[in-house]
Amino acid sequence: MPSRKRISIRNHSAEANLFARRTFITFIGVIVMLLILFSNVYSLEVSSYDKYKTKSNSNRIKLLPVAPNRGLIYDRNGVLLAENKPIFSLEMIPEDVENIEESLAEVAALLDISAEKQAKALKSIRSKRRFKPVEISSRLNDQQVAEFSVNQHKFPGFFIDARLKRYYPFSDLTTHSIGYVARINQRDSIKLEEQGKAENYAATRNIGKLGLEKYYEELLHGTIGHQEVEINNQGRIIRTLDFTPPIPGKDITLSLDIELQMIAKRALAGKRGSIVVMDPRNGEILAMYSNPSYDGNLFVHGISSKNYNKLRNSKDLPFINRSTQGRFPPASTVKPFLALTGLEENLITPEFEIFDPGFYQLKGVKNKRRDWKRWGHGKVNLTKSLEQSCNIYYYDLAFRLGITKIATMMERFGFGDYTGIDVHEERSGIMPSVEWKRARFNQQWYTGETLSVGIGQSYWTVTPLQLANATSILANKGEIKIPHLLKSTTEEVTEIVDGQEVSRSVTEEIIYEDKRPIVLNDSKNWDLVLDAMHNTVQKYRATGYNAFKGSTYDAAGKTGSAQVANIKQDEKYDAKKTQENKRDNAMFIAFAPYEAPEIVVSVAIENVAEGGGAANAAPVARQMMDQYFGDRVIISEDQSRHPHHENVYGAKKLSTNP
Amino acid sequence: MRTTGQDQPKQRTFFQRIHLDFPLLIGIMSLMALGLFVVFSAGGQEFDIVIRQAIRLGIALVVMFAVAQIPPMSYQKWAVPVFIIGILMLVAVLLFGHVGKGAQRWLDLGFMKFQPSEIMKLVVPITVAWYLSQYDLPAKTSNIVVAFVLALIPTLLIAKQPDLGTSLLIASSGIFVIFLAGASWRLIAVCGGLASAFAPILWFFLMKPYQKQRVLTFLNPEQDPLGSGYHIIQSKIAIGSGGINGKGWLQGTQSQLEFLPERHTDFIFAVFSEEFGLIGVAILLLVYLAIVMRGLYIAVNAQQAFTKLLAGSLTLTFFVYVFVNIGMVSGLLPVVGVPLPLVSYGGTSMVTLMAGFGIIMAISTNKRVHA
Repeated sequence: MPSRKRISIRNHSAEANLFARRTFITFIGVIVMLLILFSNVYSLEVSSYDKYKTKSNSNRIKLLPVAPNRGLIYDRNGVLLAENKPIFSLEMIPEDVENIEESLAEVAALLDISAEKQAKALKSIRSKRRFKPVEISSRLNDQQVAEFSVNQHKFPGFFIDARLKRYYPFSDLTTHSIGYVARINQRDSIKLEEQGKAENYAATRNIGKLGLEKYYEELLHGTIGHQEVEINNQGRIIRTLDFTPPIPGKDITLSLDIELQMIAKRALAGKRGSIVVMDPRNGEILAMYSNPSYDGNLFVHGISSKNYNKLRNSKDLPFINRSTQGRFPPASTVKPFLALTGLEENLITPEFEIFDPGFYQLKGVKNKRRDWKRWGHGKVNLTKSLEQSCNIYYYDLAFRLGITKIATMMERFGFGDYTGIDVHEERSGIMPSVEWKRARFNQQWYTGETLSVGIGQSYWTVTPLQLANATSILANKGEIKIPHLLKSTTEEVTEIVDGQEVSRSVTEEIIYEDKRPIVLNDSKNWDLVLDAMHNTVQKYRATGYNAFKGSTYDAAGKTGSAQVANIKQDEKYDAKKTQENKRDNAMFIAFAPYEAPEIVVSVAIENVAEGGGAANAAPVARQMMDQYFGDRVIISEDQSRHPHHENVYGAKKLSTNP
Repeated sequence: MRTTGQDQPKQRTFFQRIHLDFPLLIGIMSLMALGLFVVFSAGGQEFDIVIRQAIRLGIALVVMFAVAQIPPMSYQKWAVPVFIIGILMLVAVLLFGHVGKGAQRWLDLGFMKFQPSEIMKLVVPITVAWYLSQYDLPAKTSNIVVAFVLALIPTLLIAKQPDLGTSLLIASSGIFVIFLAGASWRLIAVCGGLASAFAPILWFFLMKPYQKQRVLTFLNPEQDPLGSGYHIIQSKIAIGSGGINGKGWLQGTQSQLEFLPERHTDFIFAVFSEEFGLIGVAILLLVYLAIVMRGLYIAVNAQQAFTKLLAGSLTLTFFVYVFVNIGMVSGLLPVVGVPLPLVSYGGTSMVTLMAGFGIIMAISTNKRVHA
């Protein structure tokens, strides 16, 4: 240890000076370091203020998307066909519940919730944040909702959440035309992304998958809204800063008449087939039903694989909308169109006659084509050829026209092409021609095939909608309306009147432009063919007579019976079934009233027992027309329109001959 | 020997009689008051936490007052034995210490838990000052080497716990004494060179993985924004978004919405600057500067070499707290666990700090007396 003496001889003032110098240096150091700190904080708070302000806001402000309500769908008379129905789910916020397992067991006992669901809920409680709601049971029934509401006070932290789900009250009656919505899947998401619509769908769960729901997705969906909220570091919402309400989708009104649709379903009960009813004056589809159908509501909730496979594997092919996708040989229903082509090409006249011995034979060909009537129709002119549906007359006509002239005219009536109806599920059918056969099979065209085309067979396939469309063109004497289901849209518009927000609904009728009409060289030809169709329904013993006997309106039409050509889809050979599959298809086209057509009906029924179109399809068309006209009595009095009739048909006939 | 200090007042004031330095006390008390407001805001606006902090501050003030009554020269007698006991306790901590937060810092004495490294914050500067003040100043190189070793032993023991923040403070308290004792500039340059040579050894052999991670995070916080970089990123956002005027007391979104971690302890400066802005920061720094200036003034005017060195070292170590804390919170330095002195919520280090101020006050008011 150093001695005290040494200390006493120290140079105190030198030491003090040294110390003061050193202290001063450290003081300068302190100042410099404080300046460093300050300048750093300055650069953060002043130079980079905007950057950090933005970062701070993006930390705490979150935009929560709010889904718009989907537009409703009505039939032409205002009957709701697609609505948004609240469905209720039981949810729970874990942090608000004291004893989770005990409370859950009590609620489950009250509402009869399965142990499986409870276990699932407990599992998701463990994995979720404690302030986020956990779903315990989805789709509570009304009784469960009532039961819980009465006892809610016993279960703090539990609550019922209501969400809107699409619901189709007429289920399978409208599925083929309206389609359905279902959960947005990955493919939909990618498509939305590509179309730049992903942002608008941020809160949306379902999207139109089929039919009108798909076709008018953009009209029905609406515009997303946003809730701007402040959140903390765990994502808990602290408060709402701003709210932009979503704009609901437009309501749409269809041309469909649900009552007519019901009649169609009843008429086709137990059969495979389709009915299309169209207004030739504007192209509105009044009814379009394909049997069998299926319930679109199944898909809204996510269809079980059992149900899905049952539908998919059904031999009756319920997924096919036969009205727009069915491929039917048109058979004799195309004879009026061929007759018109013959008149237009001056190959026949109303007076022109052939002799029908019961068969048709091409020169140098052994094979005889038989008429459906074994002994033949004898002398046949234009009117009789349609009234009796004489095949020989049309073999001869088709032979003389040739496939190219036939195909050219038929294409003008829309055969072999899409009608342009507002659903995506449509097939174009086939209008065979020399070019078509070369492209399809790389084969040459045979004259024998032309003969078959003459009676609506061979490769020729049509959809019932195409038939209705072609009939409409015929009834309109060349005017072409585009068949459609959408009639008008309705939306709520909010306006500020005298400083007050007033909302009113604005309805917009959809205007469809006509296609270029068919103009004939001689417009009298229309009347000749239409008159023959009128006779076909009105004249005693004509093919359509029985079906329309006693109707109070004045219908015209044409029957058809197609030989086996069933719509097939990977069908396996099945002996039992084959018998049925070999039976004829029944076809019928009609319009009424004859003088001023208001509706066109086309009917196609697969594999009927016997009697063909006249016995099976025409009565169905009659039921549709009866429903449409109801008690209306439409009297045809204009004699000049009925050159070939001995008396006036329709109501008058009814009254004179009860 | 009688003192003949020029600034010796003729009559002792009330504060001098109770051994308190009035200007220093004002500075300390204003920081404490400010701290209570910020702690309230950072602690979820609960009075509980403010009351607990106020009790701690009260205890710390009592400790300061008690320490201020001890004549500073008496520490010389106790320096060596206390230093040896302290070293032994540090060794004991490493051998039998209580593990908390992944580090061994606590010694369980049965009736209380005790953190020996806190005591060493005072013992080291006392011991080094005692050692160097026995010889003429400026200190000779050989003495400096001994003094350096005296500071190095506890530094390494504490770094081993591992407690980087405390070992840094203890090392600097020793180094400040050596610097103030007049270590030659040439020696300082040589030591600086040696230190930089030592850095790689430190990195590769002595630092724990989590310490290395802190340094890496400091160099590039964005590399792991949700993990180790989260603290510093959120802290910078809090400071930066405060702007010039701040968001206002209790209005800081980063702190109120809990984006900022450790907001009432080590990162309280971020809360403060988010809510009070650049203006608040400037005032805070000025208060710290005033305390440092007063401490250095007391050191310069102390009568003995020992008290001069001790007061200077304690004051500068206090400033190291401030610099390291604000530096790390604002992204200038890697994150080491150093609180913002007198403002951060927390007990142990506050008591030690206030005991240090007690010593400084004793030095300020005991000029006439010397051992």
